[in-house]
Amino acid sequence: MQMVNETGWKPKIVAFCCNWCSYAGADLAGSGRLSYPADIKIIRVPCSCRVNPLFILRAFERGADGVILCGCHPGDCHYTSGNYYARRRMTMLFSMLDYLGIERGRTRVEWVSAAEGAKFSATMNDFAKTITELGENRKLGDLRCKK
Amino acid sequence: MQLMNEGTVARVVGWEKGEGECDWTPALFESVQEMDGFVYGDYAGANLSKYCVKMNKAEGKTLVVLKPCDTLSFRQLIHEHRLNRDNFYLIGAGCKGMKDESGLLLKCKTCKGKDFEIFDEIIDDEESKQPTAIMDRMEGVTALENETAQERFDFWRNELSRCIRCNACRNVCPACTCEKCVFDNPASSVASKAPVTDFEENVFHIIRAFHVAGRCTDCGECSRVCPQHIPLHLLNRKFIKDMNELYGEYQAGVGEEERTPMTTYTKTDAEPSIVRERGNA
Repeated sequence: MQMVNETGWKPKIVAFCCNWCSYAGADLAGSGRLSYPADIKIIRVPCSCRVNPLFILRAFERGADGVILCGCHPGDCHYTSGNYYARRRMTMLFSMLDYLGIERGRTRVEWVSAAEGAKFSATMNDFAKTITELGENRKLGDLRCKK
Repeated sequence: MQLMNEGTVARVVGWEKGEGECDWTPALFESVQEMDGFVYGDYAGANLSKYCVKMNKAEGKTLVVLKPCDTLSFRQLIHEHRLNRDNFYLIGAGCKGMKDESGLLLKCKTCKGKDFEIFDEIIDDEESKQPTAIMDRMEGVTALENETAQERFDFWRNELSRCIRCNACRNVCPACTCEKCVFDNPASSVASKAPVTDFEENVFHIIRAFHVAGRCTDCGECSRVCPQHIPLHLLNRKFIKDMNELYGEYQAGVGEEERTPMTTYTKTDAEPSIVRERGNA
């Protein structure tokens, strides 16, 4: 399944997934035969707080149209408190991107547990839909990738 | 002050006259004779706290002259264990608002107050206790927030594209004291002098502000030294404003050592989606 808008353009979406929850959630979505868009490229990270703000900016710089970070539900972090730090960091980063005039819909954080294959699938479908509606990312990124 | 130089302290960090009339530069004085060049007055805008990091390991005590706002940076550096309080003799110098060739410095227009956070001795007078603030600190941030996303984008593209990557903002910042900086990594994609992507300046400035978020005392040095006059304080103040709104009022460098907003958390913090939910897209 692929998200395509009227002009045939397909979004590039990067999903950072925590090894202990959403990565397993994506597996569960797969074994449960729940579909999610093929445009989503999953990057496995050991914890949502492993994601440095620079990772997200770098993804955009290299041509991503949307970046989503999935981690364990607050309180369920494998390392006790990683996702709480990630939550603060991402709030500040998203607020700053908004301040710089970048569309708010391009970044998102969702908490998806290993048992929530259906939520993973639904979240990814919804995010891909949002990005497809927003269209190509023209405000961020490398000119060289936009030829 | 010069009396101090005769035994108690080994050196003095202060200001000397630079090339221009209004251009006073930070200087190190190591003998009584050299102290003839010492100046303090209307053009001593530079924050000397950062220079103390180098002096921390030097032999003997170092005397440093700090303005009220500089004491915040100094105290924050002590909190971060970058400075050892015992190695310094601090003179708190009264400040009537610092100037440059075009008048009162921006950081003095939004002065945070005249209290010394940390000192051994204070030299001031009545006039220097008068407030110099003539505008609200968050005025610029609020004005930008009320614009549309496209206006903000155009504003920042216009400002940040002037950046020449001289790194002056990083080098002068009293919160930027890492010995190895991420921006010196040739693989960091923002290490090159000439931008190869149209987003590189944004990345550099977002990350620069992010690295000092929670530790920035809003001393305003970044904007003061920028040769391209980019309003960098607007980025730092945005983080300060957000942290104050979401995680409670906090001023770096004030009070006892405690965790900064970015190194702690509560279980009831706002979700990142709050950015999407609040008004004026």
